Amino acid sequence: MVLARAFDTKALNLQKQGRSGAFTSCKGQEGCQIPAVANLKETDWLVPSFRENAALIARRMPLVNLFLYWGGDERGSHPREDRYKQNNLPIAIPVGTHLLHAVGISMSAKIKKESSVAMTFFGDGATSEGDFSEALNFAGVFKTPTVFVCQNNQWAISLPVSKQTASSSIAQKAIAFGFEGIQVDGNDVFAVYHATKYAVEKARSKEGNGGPTLIECVTYRMGDHSTADMASVYRPIGEAQCMEQFDPILRLEKYMKKKKMITDAEINSVEEQSKQQVEKAVEAYENIEPAPLEDIFNYTYAELTEPLKEQRDYLLALYVGEERKKNPIIEKIEGGFP
Amino acid sequence: MATPVLTMVDAIRQAMEQEMQRDKNVVIIGEDVGYDGGVFRATKGLIEKFGKERVMDSPLAESGIIGTSIGMAVAGLRPIAEIQFSGFIYPAFEQIISHATRMRTRTRGKFSCPMVIRAPAAGRVHAFEHHSESMEAIYAHIQGLKVVIPSTPHDAKGLLISAIRDPDPVLFLEPIKLYHGAKGEVPEQPYTILIGKANIVKKGNDLTLISWGVMMPICRDATEQAKSLGIDIELIDLRTISPLDSQTLVESAKKTGRVVVVHEGPKNCGVGAEISAQITEKALLSLKAPIKRVTGFDVIYPLYKLENYYGPQLPQIMKAIEEVMHF
Repeated sequence: MVLARAFDTKALNLQKQGRSGAFTSCKGQEGCQIPAVANLKETDWLVPSFRENAALIARRMPLVNLFLYWGGDERGSHPREDRYKQNNLPIAIPVGTHLLHAVGISMSAKIKKESSVAMTFFGDGATSEGDFSEALNFAGVFKTPTVFVCQNNQWAISLPVSKQTASSSIAQKAIAFGFEGIQVDGNDVFAVYHATKYAVEKARSKEGNGGPTLIECVTYRMGDHSTADMASVYRPIGEAQCMEQFDPILRLEKYMKKKKMITDAEINSVEEQSKQQVEKAVEAYENIEPAPLEDIFNYTYAELTEPLKEQRDYLLALYVGEERKKNPIIEKIEGGFP
Repeated sequence: MATPVLTMVDAIRQAMEQEMQRDKNVVIIGEDVGYDGGVFRATKGLIEKFGKERVMDSPLAESGIIGTSIGMAVAGLRPIAEIQFSGFIYPAFEQIISHATRMRTRTRGKFSCPMVIRAPAAGRVHAFEHHSESMEAIYAHIQGLKVVIPSTPHDAKGLLISAIRDPDPVLFLEPIKLYHGAKGEVPEQPYTILIGKANIVKKGNDLTLISWGVMMPICRDATEQAKSLGIDIELIDLRTISPLDSQTLVESAKKTGRVVVVHEGPKNCGVGAEISAQITEKALLSLKAPIKRVTGFDVIYPLYKLENYYGPQLPQIMKAIEEVMHF
């Protein structure tokens, strides 16, 4: 959690300094993500949206990959296969669309009689999308081993959850689709761990009939929606500051200190180590050779089609010799994405 | 032994059945595809043969069908997703354009979506609203997707088998009118037809006539009629809309110098426009006349009393051929 926070802080700074692109912070939601994925095996599936950096870090995604991705380099989106075996789908940008992929992956597991589980993360805003309903409906009908983790962080950009749904909880929506919904304090790592453990074990068990679970983690988006957003425009004054006392890292630290499980010196040391790890990843990110320009063609299809070969050759002919190596590094642009 | 004669829908069913026998990862999902056998009976008998785990009757939700198919494909299955009519595909459009076609790029090849989306398409069948459109051009614009339209039972079987075995997502649009309207010899053994390659149906020297799908039978008639007028037509069935086999088209245009493109879908930004641009870019100096398009109009597909005025008919095609010949 501390490492995820250190990454988050650094990524925001890099964006402010123009050293990286737009970024979506997950500050305050580490307590939902990390205990949840702790229940997954390597071969289980994580189907994340764009606010799941903490979950990805917990799934041992190299930090340099995350910096690359948010820094506009597609090579970050998936580590090279030989050193990374976790089944993570790339983060979904269109809200709510990826829940169906988690269901499809679970359908495949059922058909192939594999015991793998798919866990997908999304926010309160995503529950308004049609694909949320379709996904939960398919999961209910096909009784798939899927764990839906909704991080109800109270805000979908500028809209509070009260304007997102008239339901008194998100967890209760599961009932309409014929399976269990559980609401937990998303800033309590023990509650999240317990609920997700139950859901993952249920999904994996044949005797328990398997099947899906919707877990609503009630949490708070401590930061802006993204670096292009300014939450102070629409959030009540003082709300975010007031919520800082519920920061999941702070709460866990307090608990561990009270139980004499950790000292201040140890906390400092973890923070220091995390910062160093992050700095090392930034260095690797900033010193990587640019991707070759023909890279934009290479993964469109398994094999380059004739029209694409023609277009690739056209591009290559435009940049010859040294020009090709120069691969335009994007300077600070006028009118760019904020 | 004589080669069996099948309708197109029988050929499509045979292709799926043989592929499901060959590869246990091939599964079918769609509305009413199970015990009903599909509204056009394309999947008739398959649930009895392969069970309900591999022939899945889905809830009535197109985005759900394509979205879960993406998940299944990523996890190693080879789903064939049936959309009951291509006019109902639009709720799933986002899944196609934002996910299925991008998975390979977004994971640098670690994950991909080898899946086929089958959907009945095109008009001339006196159907309800939303059941008659030829909207292939929309899909040809999507990077990472392949778009295939057969016009004969033989091609339907070979192309569908290729589509199922293809490592990338393929949209397979089946002309409703030809499901039972097209009959022909279909070898019993499984075979493939290359996706991305146009078929020269008849060689000729005077004019290149390019079409696909539901318009092919009419273009064959036009080819015959032109012959009686002394015009030797080279007839090309595009078969794959994307990726476009511009090489075959350009070579033919260079030979004949005259080109007519016929499609049922609307003219504006239609596939005919791309074909015309490709030939103009690569064979301008061989052309003896402007390329002519005979297409559907840029209007909402009419209810069936006026349906015959919408898409190209034989006299329009003949007129275009004569205009291009006598330019």
